[in-house]
Amino acid sequence: MSKEKFQKLISPAVPIAVENIDTDQIIPARFLKATTREGFGDNLFRDWRYDGNNNPIAEFPLNNAAYTGKILVAGKNFGCGSSREHAAWAIYDYGFRVVVSSFFADIFKNNALNNAVLPVVVSDQFLNELLETIQRDPKTEVTVDLENQFISFNGKKEGFQINAYKKTCLMNGYDDIDYLLSLNREIKEYDLTH
Amino acid sequence: MSQPKTIFEKIWDKHVVKRADGYPDAVFIDRHFIHEVTSPQAFDGLRKRGIGVFNVNRTTATADHNVPTKDQHLPIKEALSRHQVETLRKNCAEFGVELYDLGHPFQGIVHIIGPELGLTLPGMTIVCGDSHTSTHGAFGNVAFGIGTSEVEQVLATQCILQYKPKTMKIEINGKLGKGVVSKDIILYIISKISASGATGYFVEYAGDAIRSLSMEARMTICNMSIEMGARGGLIAPDETTFAYIKGRKFAPQGAAFDLAVEEWKKLKTDEGAKYDTVLTFDAADIAPMITYGTNPGMGMKVTDRIPTANELKELNEQVSFKKSLEYMGLEQGSQLLGKAIDYVFIGSCTNARIEDLREVAAMVRGKKKAAGVEVWVVPGSKQVQEQAKKEGLDKIFEAAGFELREPGCSACLGMNEDKIPAGKYCISTSNRNFEGRQGPKSRTFLASPLSAAAAAITGKVTDVREFNVKS
Repeated sequence: MSKEKFQKLISPAVPIAVENIDTDQIIPARFLKATTREGFGDNLFRDWRYDGNNNPIAEFPLNNAAYTGKILVAGKNFGCGSSREHAAWAIYDYGFRVVVSSFFADIFKNNALNNAVLPVVVSDQFLNELLETIQRDPKTEVTVDLENQFISFNGKKEGFQINAYKKTCLMNGYDDIDYLLSLNREIKEYDLTH
Repeated sequence: MSQPKTIFEKIWDKHVVKRADGYPDAVFIDRHFIHEVTSPQAFDGLRKRGIGVFNVNRTTATADHNVPTKDQHLPIKEALSRHQVETLRKNCAEFGVELYDLGHPFQGIVHIIGPELGLTLPGMTIVCGDSHTSTHGAFGNVAFGIGTSEVEQVLATQCILQYKPKTMKIEINGKLGKGVVSKDIILYIISKISASGATGYFVEYAGDAIRSLSMEARMTICNMSIEMGARGGLIAPDETTFAYIKGRKFAPQGAAFDLAVEEWKKLKTDEGAKYDTVLTFDAADIAPMITYGTNPGMGMKVTDRIPTANELKELNEQVSFKKSLEYMGLEQGSQLLGKAIDYVFIGSCTNARIEDLREVAAMVRGKKKAAGVEVWVVPGSKQVQEQAKKEGLDKIFEAAGFELREPGCSACLGMNEDKIPAGKYCISTSNRNFEGRQGPKSRTFLASPLSAAAAAITGKVTDVREFNVKS
């Protein structure tokens, strides 16, 4: 089944300069009771975004009107902890299409790629410069070019790695299951003999 | 002779159905566990494609994450939770998947029932839409957590597309000290290598300190592999493993079992096989552990002091560290020993097996919980609950003022009503101390069942070695 395609994005970005952001922060467990993929964006970073009385916490970047755009920039080891794909759905549903960090947890990275969200791994130095720049000037435009595999802002540029298969999937909106279904005969044979 | 291989590589390579240039491996999955929270969207995907489950005999379902731990015989009160469990029922009935529902004698936390029923066996590939699937690795198999899109992949094709992770060996040699149990071993390792120290790796635990452990204790270690970022963790099977499996409901029986054991004995790392990373620790250096921060890497010996921000190298790290301590309401450089606690949670896929309950019961027999402390004991499965009753552990807990609940994930993730209130401190045998994990603004100290039981009695963070515990 075809999915949203991702090729190139030019957008301002939202900085959350915290390390080890786990998926319980991205979407707390009490919001995992839905049985569909939609609507999780309202509760993205719920407990960092709202206080106990559901009032927005002014200093949290998602509540700061100066920060806009489809790119989330966060500290290293983003997406650790629970395998809940709801974290990737919440990020997508909120409107982000790219997450930039210097390090991603494995399961989150897979979940993001399966949901048309591109995880971009940059060096610690590039990440720090990007965070500082956005915090100083929230209008800074960041370019993420998947085809040519680079990210840039204010003339600074860094290449990023992405696996060739996943790149093709994202650029064309392909889905892993389509590929696996094409292996049906081989899989059936394996199943019968093991 | 062929290239020497690690046990991980042997199992992985044997399960590759298709390896093509430019593609991840298509890996066959022997056993798939599903539960109510991460499966509904996957079943919807099958419906949209108009396809069924590839092989229903390889999938087993249970309800655990979002179930009450009181009055499970009654309909679930909370509407959304009820709907989620009912959706699982409907999906399993429609697609023909075996479900161990609430009230079923096999129901329980997915990672506890798999091994208990003999569904988890050496040499297998096992996945589940839950990061603690690594638990099953204690039996010498390749088990890892996946997202819901991947659950759909496995339901649809019995395969998953994955890149082969790197390999890491963690060796622990020597004799464990008094009051030190397997939970302390894994908290110690994570405190040494951090919450991201094994990201990208599949870990093999080895060494005589690991060999000496029971299956229950091995499962606790493999369970928390994900807390250092590892894709999974395994322990090569041995006589302890075979003895545990023998006679289990779905394990091979009789002559088939003996044949299987002969095969399982081959599941070990070859002499000369290379790992990408090898780490070695001395068992004698491990003490009863406790976490002080908001990720499982922020742990220390219970007698240590919390570090200060100045001791951390990077500025970013310092910022996150300060945020974490502020959340926990703790001072840099202070000691946790003697800190008053409000709740004790004994449960979760990390530490809710019968052996854990026995250890706790042995410690609290004839004692009472401290005034003002609330203690929940949540068994990992219906079978654990029944066994505990049979052994009279329920009476010991009752006399101590501990509340024995019904099985489920409970306060480990606070999806049901079992939540720690804002600002309160909970010493917990679970696996994560993230902000809000056990309820909004709750504060978690991760520790072993022994340390949790000791704290329940004293009402504060306690060095379990002050109690009369077996070495």
